Amino acid sequence: MTNPFQYAPAPESRSIVDVAPSHGLFVDGEFVDGTGTPFKTVNPATEEVLSEIACASDADVDRAVKAARRAFTRTWGPMRPADRGKYLFRIARLLQERAREFAVLESLDNGKPIRESRDVDVPLAAAHFFYHAGWADKLDWAGLGPGPRPLGVAGQVIPWNFPLLMLAWKVAPALATGNTVVLKPAETTPLTALLFAEVCRQADLPPGVVNIVTGAGETGRAVVEHADVDKVAFTGSTEVGRSIARAVAGTRKRLTLELGGKAANIVFDDAPVDQAVEGIVQGIFSNQGHVCCAGSRLLVQENVHDEVIASLQRRIGTLRLGDPLDKNTDIGAINSAEQLARIRELVDVGEAEGAHRWQPACELPDRGFWFPPTVFTEVSPAHRIARDEVFGPVLSVLTFRTPDEAVAKANNTTYGLSAGVWTEKGSRILAVTDRLRAGVVWANTFNKFDPTSPFGGYKQSGYGREGGRQGLAAYLEGAQ
Amino acid sequence: MSDRLAVRKTYKLYLNGAFPRSESGRTYEVTDARGGFLANAAQASRKDARDAVVAARAAFGTWSGATAYNRGQVLYRVAEVMEGRHAQFCEEVAAGEGLSSSRARAAVDAAIDRWVWYAGWTDKLGAVLGGANPVAGAYFDFSLPEPTGVVAVLAPQRSSLLGLVSVLAPVLAGGNTAVVVTSRARPLPAVTLGEVLATSDLPGGVVNLLTGDAGELGPWLAEHDDVDAVDLAGAPADRAMELERLAAGSIKRVVRPPAEEPDWSADPGLGRLTPFLETKTVWHPMGL
Repeated sequence: MTNPFQYAPAPESRSIVDVAPSHGLFVDGEFVDGTGTPFKTVNPATEEVLSEIACASDADVDRAVKAARRAFTRTWGPMRPADRGKYLFRIARLLQERAREFAVLESLDNGKPIRESRDVDVPLAAAHFFYHAGWADKLDWAGLGPGPRPLGVAGQVIPWNFPLLMLAWKVAPALATGNTVVLKPAETTPLTALLFAEVCRQADLPPGVVNIVTGAGETGRAVVEHADVDKVAFTGSTEVGRSIARAVAGTRKRLTLELGGKAANIVFDDAPVDQAVEGIVQGIFSNQGHVCCAGSRLLVQENVHDEVIASLQRRIGTLRLGDPLDKNTDIGAINSAEQLARIRELVDVGEAEGAHRWQPACELPDRGFWFPPTVFTEVSPAHRIARDEVFGPVLSVLTFRTPDEAVAKANNTTYGLSAGVWTEKGSRILAVTDRLRAGVVWANTFNKFDPTSPFGGYKQSGYGREGGRQGLAAYLEGAQ
Repeated sequence: MSDRLAVRKTYKLYLNGAFPRSESGRTYEVTDARGGFLANAAQASRKDARDAVVAARAAFGTWSGATAYNRGQVLYRVAEVMEGRHAQFCEEVAAGEGLSSSRARAAVDAAIDRWVWYAGWTDKLGAVLGGANPVAGAYFDFSLPEPTGVVAVLAPQRSSLLGLVSVLAPVLAGGNTAVVVTSRARPLPAVTLGEVLATSDLPGGVVNLLTGDAGELGPWLAEHDDVDAVDLAGAPADRAMELERLAAGSIKRVVRPPAEEPDWSADPGLGRLTPFLETKTVWHPMGL
């Protein structure tokens, strides 16, 4: 039966962004050439080259760190805290003023639906600056011990899944606490960070306070290993996090890591199924599942398994995959060919190991990187799709009978970033969340974020928190 | 002066609530500050360390699941029972560290008082470190500190009792369980502390005390996948980097060793509690 309610195309205009054919590094308040070999960033939805990006060599990173050190010593460090706060308020306002431009650029470079970049990524990024702006002159009241002081130069390396938002999570608390920053955006998504550099200039932020060095893993390594960096903050894979922890070992550098996850989303038999299904969909298919805290393991109570899966499949059938700039799009493009290959590999392994794959009838565009929403049932806890982070729109479904079994299965992972619980029974929510070994637990909701709410993992999902009073500690000397 | 021949103590490990010898059968000679014989201490092996981790993991659910009030009472009980053995601790600390009796007494007093300080923290951490987060939406959102899990502690080498208590008590106050490698040269107060812990309503396995060499046992604990955090307070200075690198394998929380052993009598603050606490944040929608 054909659906009588067809959607007409509703593309957001990309005329609001003017992507320069090439981009330099942002060092000491100026855009400068890099001395590494430039690379191209593409639109993952079309494979169109968007721009050529400078690559920062060790020498470029050294210049950026020196600029950050100078700014820390001469301008930003000695500045009155209230004035530091006012710069951050300015940045928050500029992000709001240019929100649509950031949203379109983010969707172009990353492949995420404009609905998400417009309604989630960019507003939350602005909110993080606004929130942290207020902390700048109130650190003595943060309850982190007497006389907290900035650490100095923060070297920050961020991933491609929420390029601007992760920048905000890193830069806002670092600046609010009086540190200066050398930030390396992800190789495949550098454009909004470079637009952010323009915002820093519009805000008249003193040169060197924020430096942005684009490049791949080698540039990130140069930032992490630079001897004059006082603090390293990384968001990305557990594997890279391990190597960073090794590189930082034996130095004076402070380290926070926000790494992978394999979150359990637990649905009890008394949960309102329609709400739970919305939460499951939001948990694993938003941002194409490129979310470290994605609810990638659905633990559903055995007696409602069939009902929940049927409802879930019906709902997935209505998701619209395609042009990220279309305002009706639910699922955009996979960020890179490399990530698409990894998703395909793990999905193949899932089938080979005996799980049952289900995908809706879903037309994929001819060009670009795409993967349809995928649900695996009959998954056993030993399957790789139940253990490894796929970082794609792939849900693994397991069942349980008792709350104890649900908790045991949920905690049966080396990760501990997030989890979800769906039940109408309040006492069960509190008992289960108490026993889940995860840094963020969403009860009867999923994938909610806020600058006032600390985020970060247990176990091999990393250490340190971002957001809230707790997040400030990562950037303060003597914080307890 | 009685001519009665004293009954000497056999100094053993404290592991899973019992006092076994090292499975390796190894012992080493412990001397006083002037080189005189004090005892043969058990020299814990890699296998002992692994057994201790198993015991600490098994005890974690009970200890972390106990109410904060209960944990506070148990830690206070440790102070009470230590007080009863005050003279014995003074003697062992004075002999091992070569302190005058008054300085040994000061160290023991401070060690007992440290338990009292941390006993009082257990039911305040949630309020001081956690709270409600005013998120921009119709949600109730709160954050609470929770214990990290199993913590491996390389205890200070010089301060055999006050230093040990200063690193162990905060780990326990937060609800973690511990595997401790004691001061190699001065292990006797630690063994006596084990006897105190065993009679203070602390569940077996919550604290495991291994006498032996931090340089030998440290790497096994630092790379053990079921250890969540390591405190390198007493790590050999030239081994700290290696231990931190090993700990990176399973993303352990690491407390680096100080450049030199600090004055443990200083106000401890929260600096040894927070490294072994995780923040858990819970969201729930609000609606009619």
